[in-house]
Order: sequence, then structure tokens, then C-alpha cells
Amino acid sequence: MRLEIVSVMVSEEQIKHAANDLDQHVEEMINWHFSPESGCPFWLNWAKEQDFNPLEEVRTFAELCDKFPYFEDEWLRDLPNKVWVPQAFADRPFNIFETGGTTGMPKQRIGWDDFRIDYTAFSKTLNDDHFPRDHYWLMVGPTGPRRLRLAIEHLANERGCSCYFVDLDPRWVKRLIATQQFDQARAYMDHVVEQALTIIKNREISALFTTPKLLEALAERRDLVRAGIKGVFCGGTTMDRQYARFLQEEVCEGGKIGFVPTYGNTLMGLARNHPFGPENDYSIAYYAPQPRAVLRVIDTDSGKPVEYNHWGRVELTTLTKEFFMPRFLERDEAIRREPWTEAPWDGVAEIRPFGAMEKKIVEGVY
Amino acid sequence: MKQAPHLPSLRLGKPYCSLNQSKVLDYRDGSVRATLSQVNPGVIRRDLKEVGQARAALQKFSTAELLEISRQAGEFFLHEELPVGEAGELQSPQEYLETLSSTSGLPHIMVRRNMEKIHHALTHMDTILNGLTRGLDVEVLDRGYGEQSGSPVCFHPTTKALGLVMPSNSPAVNSLWLPAIPLKIPVIMKPGKDEPWTPYRLMQAFIKAGCPAKAFGFYPTDHEGAADILRLCDRALIFGDKSTTDQYAGNPGVQVHGPGFSKVLIGDDEIENWQDYLDLMVASISDNGGRSCINASAIIVPKYAKEIADALGQRLGPIKPLAMNDPNAVLSGFANPKMAEWIDSAIDTDLLESGAYDATAPYRDGPRQVKAEGGTYLRPTIIACESIEHPLANREFLCPYASVVEVPQSEMLDKIGPTLVVSALTKCESFKRELLMDPRIERLNVGPISTMKISWDQPHEGNLFEFLYKRRSIGLAA
Repeated sequence: MRLEIVSVMVSEEQIKHAANDLDQHVEEMINWHFSPESGCPFWLNWAKEQDFNPLEEVRTFAELCDKFPYFEDEWLRDLPNKVWVPQAFADRPFNIFETGGTTGMPKQRIGWDDFRIDYTAFSKTLNDDHFPRDHYWLMVGPTGPRRLRLAIEHLANERGCSCYFVDLDPRWVKRLIATQQFDQARAYMDHVVEQALTIIKNREISALFTTPKLLEALAERRDLVRAGIKGVFCGGTTMDRQYARFLQEEVCEGGKIGFVPTYGNTLMGLARNHPFGPENDYSIAYYAPQPRAVLRVIDTDSGKPVEYNHWGRVELTTLTKEFFMPRFLERDEAIRREPWTEAPWDGVAEIRPFGAMEKKIVEGVY
Repeated sequence: MKQAPHLPSLRLGKPYCSLNQSKVLDYRDGSVRATLSQVNPGVIRRDLKEVGQARAALQKFSTAELLEISRQAGEFFLHEELPVGEAGELQSPQEYLETLSSTSGLPHIMVRRNMEKIHHALTHMDTILNGLTRGLDVEVLDRGYGEQSGSPVCFHPTTKALGLVMPSNSPAVNSLWLPAIPLKIPVIMKPGKDEPWTPYRLMQAFIKAGCPAKAFGFYPTDHEGAADILRLCDRALIFGDKSTTDQYAGNPGVQVHGPGFSKVLIGDDEIENWQDYLDLMVASISDNGGRSCINASAIIVPKYAKEIADALGQRLGPIKPLAMNDPNAVLSGFANPKMAEWIDSAIDTDLLESGAYDATAPYRDGPRQVKAEGGTYLRPTIIACESIEHPLANREFLCPYASVVEVPQSEMLDKIGPTLVVSALTKCESFKRELLMDPRIERLNVGPISTMKISWDQPHEGNLFEFLYKRRSIGLAA
């Protein structure tokens, strides 16, 4: 099945409307996080040390970008979790989620309902043909302390499905690769793939969540179409245009399996993808779940967005009642893309590790 | 000027244009001479699952038919226009020569010699197979069993495909894999980054001659893709420097082609005549731009090392880069100037250790590394070493380079280490016997034969037939 991409121009009105929504949301979030009755200790204390008052001087997203410096990720590593608890959530125990595959003390984000809200919203973007309701999913990927595990299960549940899990520890894979133990890394991947194939063989699975490399490895060992897989929801590592094309055309057999690449992490939630195919040279653009999260592609020297269709560093701002994280510089770079009718704000395309063209980045087998 | 062609990957013969493309650059001005489809490793792994079809396509031909196809391919390779690029553009032999020269730095005359070597290999494939199989009737390969020298023989292939991770240094290196086709084994190749031209042209020549296109996998790819070719083809050849080849040493499925450390040895009985062998030593060191593993990289003598080094310095030191189309050109430019810088600096660094000097320096009128003819070159370098233990005594570089070292004849074989080609200048029967019995020498020339002289009817670097086929015992009921 050939992917049809219907190109509908987004209108100025749509863009303006979305920008207004974002500004209103920014105002609401600033009020929430910087008011003593609802904010968390970290931001309330931080504001006292600044030469501006967010409550008075930040009413729009542009003002947020202008006033707030880059978010320092060490804060999420070094400070106790409780400093991030908004007053409004003080009486509820929180989930602790950790970020990706680094070694050492991980960054942690606490949360309550955000992952449910984010993934319920995302569910609306999935099509029932490829992600049938009232069936079974399998997640093959990092579980453990990650938000993703609960989020995927919630997403499956949201669609009336239950989800099986096979874990992969990305920290161990990174360590194996960094120490050039490639045989061990391959053996570990085989171990993960075998577990997944066992589930696929013995249970009825129609949807998979996994990483690109694991998807490829699964497809090398088993005909996924014949195994009953109808949809694959995929994220976690770089997919350049050629890789995306290969996964779409060959691994997912040109649409027999719905291929839904995503960009997301513990700090953001989940960005949906613009349809891609030969019409746009398989360049995958992702759009953040605005206004709850905003992605920009910026020039880090000026702090301003780069021109459309130019490369820059990915900057994430998260704006929920549970978590306020302005201007966090992701470890990724991307191409800035134009707004889209389904998401009339900037997109980020062809994401790859920051500096990937200059240095070797350990991304691993996962 | 023609637009630079795009060379697609060949996925078991089918052209495939990747969205990732690399550039093949002119070694002089960096202009783009071609773009190459770079495939992700998954493409190769996927195609290898179907490689049985490629083998089946070759098996439909008799060996005799494939030998004839090889002969015709040789003629096409040398004389005909052949497709290059996704749009079916044609490339004449002269265009091939000039383009390859512009991206590899090899002067035209050397490309021409390499073309002739490849042509010779293809048009004498029957002789080569005869040498590889020690005279086996080729019909035995078609039937799978037969007789040889009165004994029953049966051979089975050890792999469905021959994996190849190719270098960029010299086009004639491709002659090593050519027998795979008449031996009915498809090839799965990662071409050298700067030299896609020769393998692509060879594959097109085979296809034009009637060989099934399915027999050819041409996959410009990354390190992971190369590693997958080596891992997933049960038999593979890799070319590279010592660090690359060390990684696969001891792996029976991977035949490693690394530095040759080829040498000229002069025995006690001939050392007084060393001046008679100067031409041979010069040719062994400098032919083909000093880029081959069969170029001599050390001259081992029982005495007169300084005198020989000085004489070689006088002959080689003045050699300068010439225009690419100059028929007298001896030196090759570097496609990667950083490689030239590294070699130059490695030699200078090791010269800081006492016991060695650059015997070419007095005759070179300038530095070793030069910019000339729009490119970067290394001029010939002869290092006189007092001991074979000196770090420069047993080295190989991608330029005319050799050490001259004094070692008593009685100690030579113990000290030279693994050597691809030895040209031994001796008439002494006992020394000849020692040389013949030495297991570390891959090819032995006894008498005044350049290390560069190879015999097509004898494998000099691994036996491809023995690599791709295994003999088994067989009993057939009447």
C-alpha cells in the first residue's frame, strides 16, 4: 500500500490561533508554577533570585524564551525530587521516572497524571486499522524506571488493549558498545529479540512498540505480517531518511504494517510524526504536543530559531501543571520544519544526536 | 564537463538508489566525480537472506560457460563502453581511466597497467582456475564429483556468497575475487570509499557478457555494514592495515589481506654483485607507485647496507611527481592528504630513534611530502637501518618506501617475519632449501625476479578455490 500524503497548506489563521493558545497556556502555567499556593519549591525559590518577576513579565511564549535561560539538566540529577512537587500535588505520592541510557546518576522527573494525559491525546492520532482496539500489544524496549513503560501500557489500555513487555536495558548496551564488546551487545540483543519472538509466537499480538534496530532484528527473524502484526509504533534512536524509508518500504512492507515513528522522552511526552514517504524524501518531521510541550530548533549562540529547513539544536519546553521545564537543550539536532495543518506550529525533522556529523555517537543496538 | 554520475548500490544485481549518498572526490581539487548510494546495513542483511537465489542463478551455467563469460567480460572491461550511474550513462575505457586516476591519484600509466592486469586475469581465467585447483577438470565443479589424478574427488561450496571489504589503494586488487564467478559463488562487496569505479565496471562487464546480475552485490556502506558482510558471508576477504586485519586474524571464514611486508633478500654468495640487482630493487620498491602489498618494503643483506641504501637513494631520491598523463610518472597522489601527512610524520618520528637515517634525503632536494600537480604526494624514501629491530626496518607505507638492513644470512629467515613475497638473490643450494621450507613466505622468487612479478597460475595470497570449496569423501553406489 502506497502512502498517500495529502498536502494541505496550513493557514495563517491556524498558526495564529495555535500561537494564541500557546500564549494563554504559558500564562496559565506561569501563574501556576510561580504562585505559592500551587508552585513547587524549586521554581518559587529560583524566582526569588532573578531580576525579573515571571508572574508579571512572562505572559507569552516569546517572553518565556526571552526571559528564561536554558534549563540546567543537572537540577534534575542533583536536587531531591521533592523540590519539584507543586503545592497542588503535595498530598499525592509521585511516580519517579528516569531518562534514557546514560550511566551514572540519571536525570529524574516526577509525575502523577501527565503520562496518561499525553498518551490519551496521542491515541487519537493512531488509526484503528493498524492499531486495532480491544486486542494485544507488545512493547520491546526500555522499561525499568522509565515513563515509557507505564505510558505504553496506558496507551494500549486507552484503546481497549492489554500489553506484554520485554525489557531492554539501554544503559548496559551503551556500556557494552563504549567498551567495544560488540559480541556481547549482539548477544544481548539476540536475547531480547528471542524473548519478543516467543511472545509473538505464543500470543496474539497486533501492535508493537519498539526501537528501530529491534524492529529490524525482529523482522529478520520472523515475517511480522504473517505473525499478525498490523502496526508498529517506533522510537528511541535516530532514523535518517534512508533508514526510515527502509523500515517503511521493506521491514513494514510498504504499508502492510502501519509504521508510526515517534519522538519523545521522559521530559516531553510524545511528538507525533507528519506523514512521510517518497513525496518528502522520507524526511520525518515531528510535532510536539503543543501547548503542553514546545519544540524549537535553535541556534544556541543566539538562542533564536534557525531558518526553516535549516539545522539547529533541539530545545524543549514542557508546560504542564506537574512539570515546568523551560528551554531545555536536548542532545539532538534537527531541521526546522514549517507548521502543519494537524499541528500548526514548528516541527523538528531528521533528528540525530547533536554533533553526529562531527563525532561518533554511541547509540547502540537498541 | 559531464555531470558526476550517481553509482547506485546493486542489490543482488538490482540498482538501488539510497537516500544517503557519499561523494567520491577528485584528489586534487576536491571536486565531486561521483556520488555513491550508501546503504544501511539492514539492506545487506535482508539481501543476504535471498543470496541462495544468486547462487542458483550462477549454478545454471557450466564452469566452461562462466569461463567464456569471464573472457568476454575481460574484453568488455578493457575495450568497451559500460554503464556507470543510475541513469545508464556509459563510460568508455578512457573515461574510466581518467576518472579513476582523478580520484585515486594513480597516474594514467599505472591505471592502464592495472587495467591490463585485470584484463589478463579475466581472459586467462582458465589458467587461473587450473592453478587454484591444481589441474582439476572444471566439469567436476559442475557435477560436484569426479576424478583427479586417478583419485575420486568431490567438492562442495563452503558458502553461498563471497563477502568482500575492498580497499581503495590499487585497482588490480580486484583480480583476487574474479575467480569467484566461474567458481559459481556470488560476490557481496563493500567497495573502497575512493575506488568504486573498478568493481562497478567489472560487475557491468560480467553482466554485459551474460553473467546473471543477481551474482553481484555492490553495497557502499558503513563499518556496521562491512562487519555484517564479514559476519554473515561464511567466507569473506578483507583488506586493510594491520589494526584492521588483526581483528579478524584466526577467523577461518575471513581471509585477511593486510600489509605484505614483501622483501628482497641477497645471499652471501651474491652480495658482491649487488649493483647488478639495483634495477630489480628499484622496480620492486617503486612499481605501481609503491602501493601494492607485493612492493618490497625491505632489502635484507648480509653487508653493504649503507652502500645499497645510498645507491637506491641516488636512483629513487630525485623522483618527483609528474603530470597524471605523463607516461614516466612513478608517484601516485593521495586521495586523502591526511594519510600522506600521517605517513610523513610517522617516518620522521621513528627516525628520531637512533640507528637509522633517510638515505634518499641527500638526493631529494626538498621534503618528503610535497604538493604538486594539484595534489599531495610522498616522494620515495629509503631508510638505512643498523638493525632489523629498528621501528622503521619492517614497515610498509602507501608510497615507494623500503628499509635496507644488514642481517647475517644465517639469521635472515628467523628475523624477517611473515612476508608475502620474497625475492631471494642467491644461487646457494642450502639457502634455497631453507627458503623453500620456510612457512612464513607466501610467494618465493628465487633469482632476479621482481617482487612485483606474480604468476596467474599460482595463488600468491591465499587460494580462493580452497577457501570457497571443501573436498569431502564420497561413495556412489553403481
